[in-house]
Amino acid sequence: MDLIRKWVQALFFLLTNGFWNFPITRGIYKGPLKIVCSPGLNCYSCPAATTYCPLGSLQQLLGGIRMAIENGQFFFGFYVVGTMGVIGGFVGRMVCGWACPFGLFQELLHKIPSPKFGIWPHLRYVKYVLLAFMVVLLPLFVLDEFGFGSTWFCKYLCPAGTLEAGLPLLYMQPSLRANIGPLFYNKLFFLILFVGWAVLASRPFCRTACPLGAFYALFSKIKLVKLHLDPAKCTHCEACHAVCPMGVRFNESPDDMECISCLACSKACKFNAISLEIGGVSAVNQPKQSAPRLKKPTPAPDTAH
Amino acid sequence: MMSTKKNNMAKQKIRKAPFLIIFIFLVLGIIGITVNEPSRVLEQATQICLSCIGIG
Repeated sequence: MDLIRKWVQALFFLLTNGFWNFPITRGIYKGPLKIVCSPGLNCYSCPAATTYCPLGSLQQLLGGIRMAIENGQFFFGFYVVGTMGVIGGFVGRMVCGWACPFGLFQELLHKIPSPKFGIWPHLRYVKYVLLAFMVVLLPLFVLDEFGFGSTWFCKYLCPAGTLEAGLPLLYMQPSLRANIGPLFYNKLFFLILFVGWAVLASRPFCRTACPLGAFYALFSKIKLVKLHLDPAKCTHCEACHAVCPMGVRFNESPDDMECISCLACSKACKFNAISLEIGGVSAVNQPKQSAPRLKKPTPAPDTAH
Repeated sequence: MMSTKKNNMAKQKIRKAPFLIIFIFLVLGIIGITVNEPSRVLEQATQICLSCIGIG
C-alpha cells in the first residue's frame, strides 16, 4: 500500500504541475485547466502549475469582495469553498498524505539522514489560527486605499509559493530581480525554516502551519473515507504510535484531526485492528502474516508508576 | 463466500453524514458556478501574483 501511495503522490504532483513547456515560454500556464482546483497546496504562480491553489484563490476573492459587489458580481468564494468542501467531505486530510506536492516534498526531505526530533503537540493549533486570520479575516477586513484586501498567507508566509513560484520566476525572468526586497527575504526565511525543519522532523509545515490541512482537518470525524479502529482486535501495543508521520496515537484517537490516512499505522498493526473504511463499510485491510495475539507486557513492579 | 461478504457489509452501518456534507458543499459550488465565479478564478490563476510570491 505504501508503494501505491508513493505512485499516487507522484501522479498528483505531475497532474497539478504538468506544464513542462515553461522553460521555453518563460511564463506560467494560462490554459483552461486552471479552472480546476488543486487538492493540495500548489501555488498557481508556479510556472508548471496546471490548476489553481484553493488558498490563493480564496484570499484573492475575499480581498476583492467589495469591489466585486460594487460591480454587481457576487464572488463570495462559494465555488472555491464548495470545491474544497467536497474534497474534504470525501477524503479530508487524506489529501495531505496522498495528493499534496508540498507534503511529498517534506516526506522526501525527511529521508535525508540526520537526527530526528518530534514536534511539540500544541503547535498543531497554529494552523487553525492561520486559517482564520491570514486566509479569511485579514484579507476580508484589512483593506488598502483602493478597498482591496491582501493575500496575507501567500504574501507573508507560504513557503510553497516561494519554492514553486518565487525562485523559479526569479531565475527565468531576470527583470524581476530588481523587485527583491524585505518581503522576499521574509518569505525566503520561512522556506529555509520549514525545509530545515522537515529534515529534522516529520512534515512540520503540515502539522503546524498549513491552513489547507487545517480546513480539511475539520472533516476528520465525518469524511467518507477514513481509517477505522477495531477495538476488539487492538492490543494497545502502541506500534501505531511509533510509525505515524503526524504524531497521532491512533488507537487512542482514531478520528484525530492530524490523521492523513497514509496507512502507515495499518501496515504496522500486526493484529489487523486498523482498516480503511468508506462510509462506514470496511474497504481495505492490509494483508498480514499470522501473528500471535499478544497483550502488551505489563511493566515490572519496580518500574511501574 | 461472496454472500458472507455481502452479509458482513450489510451488518456494517452506512454513515449518512459524509453524503450530506458533500451535498451541501456541492450546492455551494454550484451557486458559485451560477454567479460565474470560475471565470474570476481562472482570470486570477492565469496571472502571476508577484506580491503573493514575495516579489511585489
